Amino acid sequence: MHEMGICDGILKSALEAAEAEGATRINHIDVTFGELTQIVEDALQFAFEVQRADTIAAEATLGITILEGRSRCMDCSAEFKHDRYEVKCPECGSYLCSLIQGRELRIDSIDVD
Amino acid sequence: MKIDISKGILAHNDALAEENRQLFKESGTFVVDLMASPGAGKTSTILATIAALRDRYRIAVIEGDIASRVDAEKISRHGIPAVQINTGGACHLESAMIRRAAGALDLDEIDLLIIENVGNLVCPTDFDLGEHAKVMILSVPEGDDKPLKYPGIFAISEAVILNKCDTMSVFDFNRESFDEVVKGLNPTAPIFPISATKGDGVDAWCDWLTARIEAMRAAE
Ligand SMILES: Nc1nc2c(ncn2[C@@H]2O[C@H](COP(=O)(O)OP(=O)(O)OP(=O)(O)O)[C@@H](O)[C@H]2O)c(=O)[nH]1
Ligand SMILES: [Mg+2]
Ligand SMILES: [Zn+2]
Repeated sequence: MHEMGICDGILKSALEAAEAEGATRINHIDVTFGELTQIVEDALQFAFEVQRADTIAAEATLGITILEGRSRCMDCSAEFKHDRYEVKCPECGSYLCSLIQGRELRIDSIDVD
Repeated sequence: MKIDISKGILAHNDALAEENRQLFKESGTFVVDLMASPGAGKTSTILATIAALRDRYRIAVIEGDIASRVDAEKISRHGIPAVQINTGGACHLESAMIRRAAGALDLDEIDLLIIENVGNLVCPTDFDLGEHAKVMILSVPEGDDKPLKYPGIFAISEAVILNKCDTMSVFDFNRESFDEVVKGLNPTAPIFPISATKGDGVDAWCDWLTARIEAMRAAE
């Protein structure tokens, strides 16, 4: 799994932003993932607990928001939610759909002192 | 105090991938990223592709592996430039590694660059390398249920190669249910059944690849 690499990216962005504001401590980090990415929530929390040590985020918590998969049907324009296993329009049965949400990998904000 | 960041976690990788894409565009090099499990037949498929297309295109290969130079040496033996990347444990390639490897090649002299990603059905899917197409290989012995277990890689691949088709009867591989699940995950991806080591089916795959390369050239 690549949660270690993802977590590294989160911490880098958070530490950079905190430093730019002259913060001395990061209390909390909020991130958002799409359900269709390969991230496993528990593995990410574990990676975070390991990697935050010895940084100004050593006592920070990680808030994870998960966005469901959503697509729009290219045949009938219906918008619908779906899991990662099948993207099929529930209105007309078409498989030709374009993804509008579900592959996000984003750091939203941090709370600092 | 709350600080708003709102930025992609892989922004660094994505930005470098975009730079790679620009480099490949300038040199007119088509880049395909091949992803599969360990042993599915990535290197064998690359060798079969080289045999079919080497008279038409100047080809080079980037080999990604956790360790060793074995695969790059297999390719070099056929007189094709090959660069080995050892990720040292990492389970996927990133755009920075591709940039470094591409630096060791003369891109202006290359029409088709094939990347063999690290053997893994999960991690490579989230990483843009700057390639034109991501293509995956599943081998028959892995089983027809793999699209259900690893949907992500099937969903983002532009084409699916089904390798080791010569072993279909030994492994009771159900082609119909495999095709149906793949269609649900990715309705536009063609499926190419091949036997890389025997050469069966390689033509159809290479025709698709050639069409993609020519489409890129026509767009320029
Ligand atoms: N029967 C059969 N065997 C194949 C076929 N393609 C590859 N193999 C065998 O499968 C084994 C692995 O093939 P490789 O091409 O090295 O696979 P790979 O995905 O590059 O492997 P790694 O780089 O080690 O992950 C070799 O022993 C090949 O001879 C095929 O079409 N049919
Ligand atoms: Mg190989
Ligand atoms: Zn519809």
